[in-house]
Amino acid sequence: MSTTHLALRCDNLHRYLGEGEGRVHVLRGVSFEAHKGRVTAIVGPSGCGKSTLLYLLGLLDQPEEGSIWIRDRLMSNSGDLDRTAARCEHIGFVFQFHFLMQEFTALENVMMPMRRLGRLGETEMAARARALLQDVGLGDKTHRLATQLSGGEQQRVAIARALANQPAIILADEPTGNLDQKNSAMVFDLLTRLAKENGQAVVLVTHNPDIANRCDEIRPMRDGEFVR
Amino acid sequence: MNRRPRRAPASVSTTLRIALRFLTAKKRAMLMSLAGIVFGVGFFVVTQAQTSGFEQFFIRTILGTNGAIQIRDKIQDTMGSMAAAGHGPNAPRAEISVRSEGTRKYIEGVENPDLVMEALRQFRNVSGASMVVRGSVVADSSFRNETAQAYGIKLDDHLAVSDMERQIVRGSLEEFRAAHAGAVVGTVLAERLAIDIGDTIILRAGDQQRRYRVTAMYETGVRDIDQVRIYLHLGEARSLLKKVTGASFIQVNLFDKDRAPQDARLMEQVFRHGVASWQEREKTWLEVFRALRFSSAITVSTIILISGLGMFNTLAMIVMEKTKEIAILRSMGYTREDISRIFLWQGALVLMAGSVLGWILGAAVTYGVERLPIRIRGIFSTDHFMVDWSPWHYVAATVTATVVVMFASLVPARRAARLEPGDIIRGTAQ
Repeated sequence: MSTTHLALRCDNLHRYLGEGEGRVHVLRGVSFEAHKGRVTAIVGPSGCGKSTLLYLLGLLDQPEEGSIWIRDRLMSNSGDLDRTAARCEHIGFVFQFHFLMQEFTALENVMMPMRRLGRLGETEMAARARALLQDVGLGDKTHRLATQLSGGEQQRVAIARALANQPAIILADEPTGNLDQKNSAMVFDLLTRLAKENGQAVVLVTHNPDIANRCDEIRPMRDGEFVR
Repeated sequence: MNRRPRRAPASVSTTLRIALRFLTAKKRAMLMSLAGIVFGVGFFVVTQAQTSGFEQFFIRTILGTNGAIQIRDKIQDTMGSMAAAGHGPNAPRAEISVRSEGTRKYIEGVENPDLVMEALRQFRNVSGASMVVRGSVVADSSFRNETAQAYGIKLDDHLAVSDMERQIVRGSLEEFRAAHAGAVVGTVLAERLAIDIGDTIILRAGDQQRRYRVTAMYETGVRDIDQVRIYLHLGEARSLLKKVTGASFIQVNLFDKDRAPQDARLMEQVFRHGVASWQEREKTWLEVFRALRFSSAITVSTIILISGLGMFNTLAMIVMEKTKEIAILRSMGYTREDISRIFLWQGALVLMAGSVLGWILGAAVTYGVERLPIRIRGIFSTDHFMVDWSPWHYVAATVTATVVVMFASLVPARRAARLEPGDIIRGTAQ
């Protein structure tokens, strides 16, 4: 596949967690690529390093060794400000526990990344946030506080928020892990449909084989390495 | 080296909006901190208004009684002091001056008061001058006798350098002006002598003995003055005290009273007389007032300090409770600086609200205190609390609160900014 379709790439990533005798070699030279418009599932048993890899790819953490490129730009050695800017512009996160800001409405939560990026005016931001919430089926609940939404609804708001700045990469850490089967299917469909429509690369970590099987690519991990 | 430009922080409205929501999530704790700031700022303003009020009133009293400057004893260089200097346009340029403080001698009084009065007109800051002849007398009434001090004055000159007109509580200065042998007596002395307006007193000094009619009574509120001082016309005082020429001192009034020390120094150099500014004369009392003002400021600042500790505690709790929100904000691209600002804003919001409410409380209590009756005689005379409405008290209270609140906010803000989003999301944040 040509590099123009490459949204994210990492090479030979090593990561240790813990200190002293409890220090664990979590990632053992992992290399990975994510392409625009494709959904990749990272699967594997708990503790195999899936989430650790995802946080490294999302520039929330730094590897001890190895390189990460976001849209052809080497980011693994960048400073905190550059990594933060790259997260704002190029990466959208969806977490298992959605992490909505409880004191804010659904609309305000979706506007939050846009406010930071600062490319749109207040009216444009509100219009885009409404459109995104409409896309995830929450057009009539834009002014509800996060606490007034169900788990599935909150996760849909989190997806809308991840898409807010039109990032090139969506990283999802067990986005359906906290939802029932019906909501899981709905959230996954939404995530993949919207990402494909916008040509975004989606990397998701999941324990759910049904979800994994519906992805374009499955990368199983074990003991800090991809096994395929 | 090719450096990327530094990333601009999130807009003020964004971080402010988040700060506001975080604040409202901890309403009760924040209200306690807010109340502390309100009371701290309010009480700071009230105590400063009171101590400054009494201090200002004391200053007004002493300025209105003894003037801004007094020119007193003459300084005379003795044999130990030599000065040789050229005078006139053709004088030699060389100048030798040997002077020693230990060899100066002070001669009582002002020998040529008219010359000094004339020269005083050259000082732009001088608004009036009055020569005074002073001497000890014994005042006899039909009831008893008391030791007193006779002050010979020219009434109009003295009115220009004092608040005498305002201090008259009985009789009138017009009667004094018209009566050649009139006397203006302090209320305390009048009470001791059991005399009233129109009564006669006999003043004795040395072998002189003269009869005067009480034409007015004054009250400065300064007991040391009101119990001894008797004002006479200058000519009468000269005759009674046998001081035909000269003056005991010259009382000077200034347009800008705060410049008195500088003017006093200049006058001393020009007139070669001992010159005392009101700040020098009343140094002890002024120091007492200053100490009181500082001590009350320090005492009240402890309220602000305690509320600052409360705020530190609340903000530290918010940081702990909002670690996930901080992590998600960081994952969305909010910088450490943005996170820090969110918490500094919370401190600033409480500070702003606390300061404004504190000002209102301070002003309201000051207004009420000003109307409280209290009778004070001794160092000044007042029948109610004195307050000083100075904006600087509000500024000082706000600066104190700002320092405390900013310190209280800074530590939690820095801690919030240091949090690693990866650690929090992984659930291993310390």
